[in-house]
Amino acid sequence: MAVYKRTYRGYSGAITPAWSRFLVLYRFSRRTLFRSKIQTVFFALCFFFPLLCLLGIYANAHLSALTFLGQRPGPFLDVNGRFFSVYLDFQAALAFLLTAFIGPGLVSPDLSNGALTLYLCRPLSRTEYVLGKMSVLFITLSWITWLPGLVLFFVQASISGSQWMWDNLWITGAIVLGSLIWITVLSLAALALSAWVRWRIVAGALLLGLFFLGAGFARAINAVLRTHHGYLIDLSQLVSIVWHDLFRDIGDPPLSVTEAWVALLTFAAFCLYLLMRKIRANEVVR
Amino acid sequence: MNHPVIELRNLSVRLGSREVLRDLSCSFSGTTIGLLGPNGAGKSTLINTLLGFWTPAAGSAHIFGSDVRTEAKKIRSLVGYMPENDAFIHNMSAVSFIRLMAELSGLPSEMALERAHESLFYVGLGEARYRKLGSYSLGMKQLAKLAQAIAHGPKLLILDEPTNGLDPPARQRMIRLVREMRDSGQMHILLCSHLLRDVEETCEEVVILKQGRVVHYSNLADERRSNRRFLELELEGTIDGFVDAARGLGCECAPGAFHRWKLVLADNVEVADIYRIAAERNIQLRRLNFRRDTLEDIFLKAMETGNGGL
Repeated sequence: MAVYKRTYRGYSGAITPAWSRFLVLYRFSRRTLFRSKIQTVFFALCFFFPLLCLLGIYANAHLSALTFLGQRPGPFLDVNGRFFSVYLDFQAALAFLLTAFIGPGLVSPDLSNGALTLYLCRPLSRTEYVLGKMSVLFITLSWITWLPGLVLFFVQASISGSQWMWDNLWITGAIVLGSLIWITVLSLAALALSAWVRWRIVAGALLLGLFFLGAGFARAINAVLRTHHGYLIDLSQLVSIVWHDLFRDIGDPPLSVTEAWVALLTFAAFCLYLLMRKIRANEVVR
Repeated sequence: MNHPVIELRNLSVRLGSREVLRDLSCSFSGTTIGLLGPNGAGKSTLINTLLGFWTPAAGSAHIFGSDVRTEAKKIRSLVGYMPENDAFIHNMSAVSFIRLMAELSGLPSEMALERAHESLFYVGLGEARYRKLGSYSLGMKQLAKLAQAIAHGPKLLILDEPTNGLDPPARQRMIRLVREMRDSGQMHILLCSHLLRDVEETCEEVVILKQGRVVHYSNLADERRSNRRFLELELEGTIDGFVDAARGLGCECAPGAFHRWKLVLADNVEVADIYRIAAERNIQLRRLNFRRDTLEDIFLKAMETGNGGL
């Protein structure tokens, strides 16, 4: 029907597969994601460190270039698990800041404007809604964490040969799994907090508080009670312990890996509970 | 197999410890169904239950034969919903918002964009379709809500207080749109309102809720038809012959005060026949009224006598 006719007509055309509907939320959220220039610039800056690492890997393998620059010949970098662990530490911090920028704006506008009713009166479940919103963070944060990490790994593999690649293939698993754990924790925290407070700025502040105050309280508890179990409320420490295990770092973590996993899973379960409580088409007024 | 549009079988819904809907049983097959009731009667709860937002505590509800408990997604793909309250993303343009909603209903991206433009033109927001929803007036927001509800071409359109907060011209526009959609024959409409006039002007069937129970069901088309057969006359002249003639046609006649008579027309008798027999007997018909049992009368009667039974 052309618009000039201005009469109602039904629709009997093609329908998209039901499983793919949550990706509609990703597409529409992505469009609004980079409207802010600050966010766009920050996102671009997140690629600075991976580029630096790439240059480092290249320079490390091409010593003649270093000699030309007056540097002492010989490899100056050990590209191993430790190298990628440091890389991920740095990128994880940037991922956290990026989440603080974009995470709270994903759910809170829908809740504060009552738009959830309109989402959920369509063939879209609450789980799919949360998945759709989480996919925005998952895909965006993947671009700055494990995807460049894998690029770095394969660049190093192409320089060092297949033997190095097979010997260190476990690093790819550590990069991907370590990144996904961090992204999951960040996404759940951002969505749950913004669903809870329904106010973008406050949700962003709470997210920062959750990580920074959590770390502060953890240290205070440890100091007062002379224990290490205060770290159970320090999310970044918990993820760090899991990463140390994944990257086969030798050291003495303050908590066991099992304790860290249990604490992270408990936190994830709490966030999901909060989301399931708050992501509703209507609230019951008792 | 033709299923009723909405079918409720002993439906009860509890919100917390409160039983909001109690043992509702009814079935609607008309094109436009009016849902009436005072505040707190359970109208919105019934709509939310039909959309699968609340789970029935007992009984069942079906839309086009699909159970709201087990086939909520299928139902939602057939339904368009215009909620009573504000429901927008304020910093989105109307066309983007409606496109998003149409895509979530399953329309492919290009088709959703086309339908978003069409539905905005249809409701009269064509010129304002690129404006942010947050900048819309109340009337425009109501129309945008209607546009998002019809963009995907639903089989059942649920309108919750569509004329809320509208000025008289905007209300007339909304009512005209509802009538047009009704007359297109491509969708069924469930209209929930506390404004009896809105329901009277648009609906064929009316169900009245009170305290979570159905207290009255009425087919307005039948009511209007039966009202047309009930006359109140004021006569002047020798009326005995007129009454006999009317009875001879099969009409029921009952005398009132001051030359007034009440007549129930037989099925094959028209008002013209009454004029004719009055003229033949040289009787003056000083007044002829049809019974005007308006929806307001029906509603008030239901509120006074309604005890929850049908």
